[in-house]
Amino acid sequence: MIDYLFTEEQQMIRDLCRQITDERIRPVAAELDRTGKFPRDVMKVMAQSDLFGIYIEEKYGGMGGGITEICIATEEFSRGCGGIAISYGASALGTYPIILFGNEEQKQKYLPLLARGEKLAAFGLTEPSAGSDASAMLTTAEKKGDKYILNGMKHFVTGGGEADLYIIIAMTDKSKGARGASLFIVEKGTPGFEFGKKEDKLGIRASSTTELIFNDCAIPQENLLAKEGMGFIAAMKTFDMSRPGIGAQAVGIAQGALDCAVKYARERKQFGKSISTFQGIQWMLADMATQIEAARALVYASAREIDAGKKDVGKDSAMAKLFASDVAMKVTTDAVQIFGGYGYMKEYPVEKFMRDAKITQIYEGTNQIQRNIIGLALIRETLK
Amino acid sequence: MNVVVCIKQVPDTAQVRIDPVTKNLVREGVQAVINPYDFYAIEEGLRLVEKHGGKVTVISMGPPQAEAALREAISLGCDEAVLLSDRAFAGSDTLATSYTLAAAIKKIKDFDVIICGKQAIDGDTAQVGPGIAAHLDIPQITYVRKIEGSEGNALVAQRTLEEGYEVVKAPLPCLITVVKEINKPRIPSLKGKMKAKKAEIIKWGAAHLDAESGRMGIAGSPTEVWKIYSPPPRAKGQIFEGNIEEAVDAVVEGLKDHLN
Repeated sequence: MIDYLFTEEQQMIRDLCRQITDERIRPVAAELDRTGKFPRDVMKVMAQSDLFGIYIEEKYGGMGGGITEICIATEEFSRGCGGIAISYGASALGTYPIILFGNEEQKQKYLPLLARGEKLAAFGLTEPSAGSDASAMLTTAEKKGDKYILNGMKHFVTGGGEADLYIIIAMTDKSKGARGASLFIVEKGTPGFEFGKKEDKLGIRASSTTELIFNDCAIPQENLLAKEGMGFIAAMKTFDMSRPGIGAQAVGIAQGALDCAVKYARERKQFGKSISTFQGIQWMLADMATQIEAARALVYASAREIDAGKKDVGKDSAMAKLFASDVAMKVTTDAVQIFGGYGYMKEYPVEKFMRDAKITQIYEGTNQIQRNIIGLALIRETLK
Repeated sequence: MNVVVCIKQVPDTAQVRIDPVTKNLVREGVQAVINPYDFYAIEEGLRLVEKHGGKVTVISMGPPQAEAALREAISLGCDEAVLLSDRAFAGSDTLATSYTLAAAIKKIKDFDVIICGKQAIDGDTAQVGPGIAAHLDIPQITYVRKIEGSEGNALVAQRTLEEGYEVVKAPLPCLITVVKEINKPRIPSLKGKMKAKKAEIIKWGAAHLDAESGRMGIAGSPTEVWKIYSPPPRAKGQIFEGNIEEAVDAVVEGLKDHLN
C-alpha cells in the first residue's frame, strides 16, 4: 500500500481498527451475513475503543479528527465485513449534520453521547417515490405551536431500528419544492415514530435497513437543524462530505477480496502447480491491486481536502465514491473468478465481498447521480 | 485491591521458525509480542480493580525493547509499569527470573494479588509464576479458570484440573496463574493507546533491588539446556478393516507382536 503519510494518531486508529477487524469482525462476519443480525457487540467494542469519537471535536468529547479518520476506520472494518463497517459509517452519516449544522445546544446535547457511542445516529432521506429525485419527497413537517408534526415515511434507512437518533428530511413548505425541505433530529421512542419493514438484502446483511414511519409524530422545535427550508442544501452538503466514506468502504471491500484471492491463488494447484504461477492470474491480481490503489488515493485525497476546509468538494468526493465503488465491483467479481467454482460457494468468503460491493455503486447517490454531479460541476467551472 | 501482573515479551509464534542447523528458535526479524496467556492475566487484573478499586501494576523482565509490551499493557488500562532490565539479569533461567521478579514485587510492596499467565509460549515451562509465589512465601493457585470472588481477606478461585476443576480459597496476598478460559481480553481504546505513548515506564536494574547478585542472571541459573530438538514425527497409524471381530483380533495380534 502506498504511504498516505497518515499522522501518528491516524496510524494508531488504523492499527486499532485492524485489530478489531481481525479479532472481532472476521470471526462473526459469515454468521451475521447469514442471519442478518445487527452487530451490537462489535459496535460496543468500537465504542469502548473511542472510535465513534474520532470525527467529533474534542470539546464535545471526541478525538478531534474528521473525514480522513472516518475513511481509515471504514476501510479497515470493510476488509472484514462491509455490513459491519457501514453500521459504523451510518452513525457517522447521521452525526455529520449535527456537526455541520447543529447549534451549540444541539451539539452539547447530542455530540458527547454520539462520541462515546452510547447512542448511534442514522440519516433518513429516501422514500419509495423519492430516490435519486430526493426533492419528490412526501414526508411533511407542519409547525404547530412550539412543535413540528411529522407525517409520512422513509425507507432504506441504514441503521433503522438500531440507531437512537434519526436525522430526517421533511417538507415544511411544499409550495417551495426543494427549498421547502427542512432537517430534524428525531429520537427513537418519540410517540408517533415507528419502524416498518426490515429489508432482506443482497449484501451488507449485518447492517439494519428499515422503514421509518411517522404518524402525527410531534417533535420539539429545538430539534430543527439549520433553518427551515435549508434541509435539502444541508443534506447535499452532508453527502458531499460523506461520500469519501463510501469510497473507503468500497476500497476496504475490494482489498479484503484481493487479499483472499492472492492467498487462494498461492494455495490452489492445477496442472501440477500453484495457479499463482500463471501469468493470466498474476495479471488479474496486478490489475486488481492497481485499481484499488488508485481508488484509495482518490478517496484519501478527497477526504483530506474536505478536512482542510476546501469549499467546493462535491465533484471530487463524487469522483472518489464513483471510482472506488466501480473498482470494488470489478475487483470482487474478479476475485470470485480466481476462486473459480469455489468462489461461487458460500463456504468461501469471497462471494460475500462481491454481494457487499454492489451497494456501494447504489447508495449515497447512485453512480449515475455521481456522474451528474461531476458533469454539472465541470460545466459550471467553465462558466466562471 | 492492588494487583501486580507479570508479563513477558515473546517472539510471535505465528512467525517463528526453528533453525535447521542450530535447532534454536530464530528470533531475528521476528516481531515481539506480549505472551498470549499474559493478556488474560492483564484482563483479569483490570477486572479485579474495576470491581474492587485499587490499581494494576504491570511488570516485565527483559531487554529494553520489552518496554513496548509494557506500553501495550498501559494502553489496555494498567496504571503503572515496571521494566526490569539489566545486563546482570541476562541468561536467567526460571529460578533466577522468579527470584528477580519476586525481589521487584517486594519493592512494589503494596499488592494483594499477583497474576501471571499460565506459561510463556516460548519456554513453555509454567515455572515462573509458582516460583515468584515460593520466593515471596505466599500461597498460589495455578491454572485459574474463574475467580469466584473474595471472602474477607481471601480469594476463591476455580483451579483447572485435567478433568473438571477444584475450588481453592487462598488468603491474600496470593499469586494466581490463569488459563485462557478465564476471560476474553479487551481491545485497547484510542485514549489508552495515546496515554501509553506518553506514559512513564519505571525502570529498575539490579542495583535497585534488594537481591543477592549470585541468585540473578547466569550466576543464579542452575538450568542447563543439553539439547533442543524437534520431536520425531509421530509414526503413521494403521487402520484395521473388515468386520469388527476380525478387526479386533487383528489389533490384538498386532499389539502382541509389538510387545514381543
